[in-house]
Amino acid sequence: MQYVATTHRDSAEDDGLAQEFLTFILGDEEYAIDILKVQEIRGYDPVTSIANAPAFIKGVINLRGTIVPIVDLRIKFGVGKIEYTAFTVVIILNIGPRVVGVVVDSVSDVLTLLPRDIHPASDISVGIGAGFLKGLGTAGDRMLILLDIDCMMRSPEMALIDTDDVA
Amino acid sequence: MSIDMSQFYQVFFDEAAEHLGQIENLLVSIDLRHPDEEELNAVFRAAHSIKGSAATFGFSDMADITHVMESLLDEVRKGTRALSADMVDACLAARDILTAQLAGHRGEGGADPAHTSAIVTRLEQLLKAGNSPAPVVEPSPAAATPAPPVAAPPALSSALTAGVFDVRFVPEPHVASQPELLDNMLDELGRLGGVEIVSRPAVDSDDPQWCLKITSMMPADMLRDVLDFMAEPGSVDISPVGGEPPAGEETAYGFFDPLPDVLPQAAAGGEEAARVECVAVEDEVYGFFTEPSPAVESRPVEAEVSPESVAVAEAVVPAKGGGDTSIRVGVEKVDQMINLVGELVITQAMLVASAQGIDPVLYERLLAGIDQLQRNTRDLQETVMSVRMLPISMVFSRFPRVVRDLSRKLDKRVELKLLGEHTELDKGLVERLADPLTHLVRNSLDHGIETPEKRRAAGKPETGIITVSASHQSGNIVIEVGDDGAGLDRARILAKAREKGLSAPDSLSDADVWMLIFEAGFSTADVVTEVSGRGVGMDVVRRNISAMGGRVDVQSILSVGTRFTVRLPLTLAILDGMSVRVGGETYILPLGHVAESLQPTADMIHSISGVPRLIRLRGRYVPVIELHREFGVADGCADWTRGIMVVIDVDGSQAALFVDELLGQHQVVIKSLEANFRRIKGFSGATILGDGRVAMILDLPALASRARRLQSVAA
Repeated sequence: MQYVATTHRDSAEDDGLAQEFLTFILGDEEYAIDILKVQEIRGYDPVTSIANAPAFIKGVINLRGTIVPIVDLRIKFGVGKIEYTAFTVVIILNIGPRVVGVVVDSVSDVLTLLPRDIHPASDISVGIGAGFLKGLGTAGDRMLILLDIDCMMRSPEMALIDTDDVA
Repeated sequence: MSIDMSQFYQVFFDEAAEHLGQIENLLVSIDLRHPDEEELNAVFRAAHSIKGSAATFGFSDMADITHVMESLLDEVRKGTRALSADMVDACLAARDILTAQLAGHRGEGGADPAHTSAIVTRLEQLLKAGNSPAPVVEPSPAAATPAPPVAAPPALSSALTAGVFDVRFVPEPHVASQPELLDNMLDELGRLGGVEIVSRPAVDSDDPQWCLKITSMMPADMLRDVLDFMAEPGSVDISPVGGEPPAGEETAYGFFDPLPDVLPQAAAGGEEAARVECVAVEDEVYGFFTEPSPAVESRPVEAEVSPESVAVAEAVVPAKGGGDTSIRVGVEKVDQMINLVGELVITQAMLVASAQGIDPVLYERLLAGIDQLQRNTRDLQETVMSVRMLPISMVFSRFPRVVRDLSRKLDKRVELKLLGEHTELDKGLVERLADPLTHLVRNSLDHGIETPEKRRAAGKPETGIITVSASHQSGNIVIEVGDDGAGLDRARILAKAREKGLSAPDSLSDADVWMLIFEAGFSTADVVTEVSGRGVGMDVVRRNISAMGGRVDVQSILSVGTRFTVRLPLTLAILDGMSVRVGGETYILPLGHVAESLQPTADMIHSISGVPRLIRLRGRYVPVIELHREFGVADGCADWTRGIMVVIDVDGSQAALFVDELLGQHQVVIKSLEANFRRIKGFSGATILGDGRVAMILDLPALASRARRLQSVAA
């Protein structure tokens, strides 16, 4: 239960032991991220693509006057069908001072998870990179993959931040 | 002291910084043998103001230094002590410590206490050393009443006793609403002497003016300093009791009206002819004081007149930069305004774009309105941008000090000429220019200007000249740093370059050889000095300047001189751009680099090893970059004869960019890609188009150098 304690400490501002998550669907999987990182949810607008960028960086959009990069998590994780329809959703995240949009198939829920609902996932090897995995959550009979979205978006492999800025 | 003084800290910081800058400028330019009295007074006043406000705010470290500095300067300006180079050096060093202390109070860095005490000791020693021959009455008339202009002569007679001042002021609204602030100020004044409240405004009274009677040994400008923090700008009126009453109470400068009356009063005290003449001359010609007469009998004349000149200067300063003509505004507010105007420009462009298809007959009024909006937006944008514009003298003002210190250290004689100091450019650029330009000036002094002996041997005047000039040239700002020194030595640079392992064939043109000095680690200085020779610097200069979207050029003639030319865009925020279409994408080309555009005919196209790479343009072969290939746009046109070649010219090297079509020409607001994302190779930024979509701005210098490489690979 050591891990749970850390999760809890991350969100000291939360009511008691519970923490709120936004869950979204990628392919057949349900992911959850800390709701405090979410700025807004919007439809998918055409992006301006960027030359020579990795495939999962779709490009940039104009979000009320600022340029915001858009990452397609389906391409990054290699799940789901890559299509952009009227129902495709972009979650706009606040990663520190930066704003980043991620494309997902759909947003499903806002859930409150208690520490006992969260199980450590450090020994599960996944394609995502275990460092970005906060754990696995259970909500009823659904399994949620808890992402440390902040850490993931800042990582060099996302190529979202200039490497010399990170240092 | 119950009130929170911290709310006034920013005012103090700004003012102190201004005063420190003033002290430096004046001290550097001061003529040791014939110091201008007005300048000495100005330095004294600046030091005095810092001391007063620093003490008020409890920054005793700054007050301590300025106190000694002030004592020293006071003796100099009263003529009881001759100004020496040592003194100027010590005062400049003290100024540097004060600057560091000020930064410390702001929470950035701070001063080394050891340096601080060293400088205080140094100043004190100067003060003690060779103490003035003539016993001076303290406080001297000039020091006692520098501020009250009209009443100065009458006050002189009572200089040794406490003065009684009639003080009228209107408190600032936020002060007026907090009685405890005012009480506090009265306490503060009470410590300077006796305070008697003649009248205070009744609550809800229309006339917010306060009248006080203050009995104090302090000069009136000290009282003014205390009051200035609380009172509405320009509302403070201090007049000694028994002096002329202020001509108009609501106009602070009104006290100049009765100036003629002063003449008979001043004359009454004896030595009539000298004084009258003196005052009369002073009235028209300030230059009178640039040559202080050494004769003994002129002493009282100077003492009588200096209060006048102080008062004149004080009145002139607020008239130029006072509350009425300028305001201090936080940079964030200005930036926010610029952002909003940027948004407005985008919205306006969006309206123009969506109004394009509508019937001009049916919607005549709408279209006229949109036209009007376009004009107004552009005007507004220009006005708002001009708020951010600062004169380049902000950077230039530090050079006299740099040149002075460095030429003394290197034992060279240098005259610095500054031209075009009023040229304005974006605040962001001004800040970032300071370091590279300072480096260029130091470089010219260290490497360019020769020692006086060498110069004499070469038949040049011993004093070298460094010229720094700024001017606007077609949307660019051009800054030149030139010297009449030795010039660059081609052979030595080539030898040094080979030593460093750089490729440096003899066939290089002079211009290319000069550019070698910007390579990292390059220095031809024989000895590494404190100043330069480490080979860090010129490459940093070039990097900094190209990061600002500018470039540096060098011109040099052996033994005639060297000139560095820095070219920069006027502003970082807005760009004249040409939009082009490549497949489904739109790109913006900075118009400054676009030379021409044309549709090539088949016979202009030339291939190298079977692949078309060049177009022939008026006898020159220009390398072509196909943007659709460069940026991986799948649906771009590939047939050169059906698209458009945009010829760009960057630093004299040309390249042709192949695009599908030209869309138009706009002013675009540059948006940072780095704010939320990262730098992307080939693009210098992004902007938002009329339809709300993002378009990338091409980094033409990068593309041009890529074209150069392509060409040399091909050749």
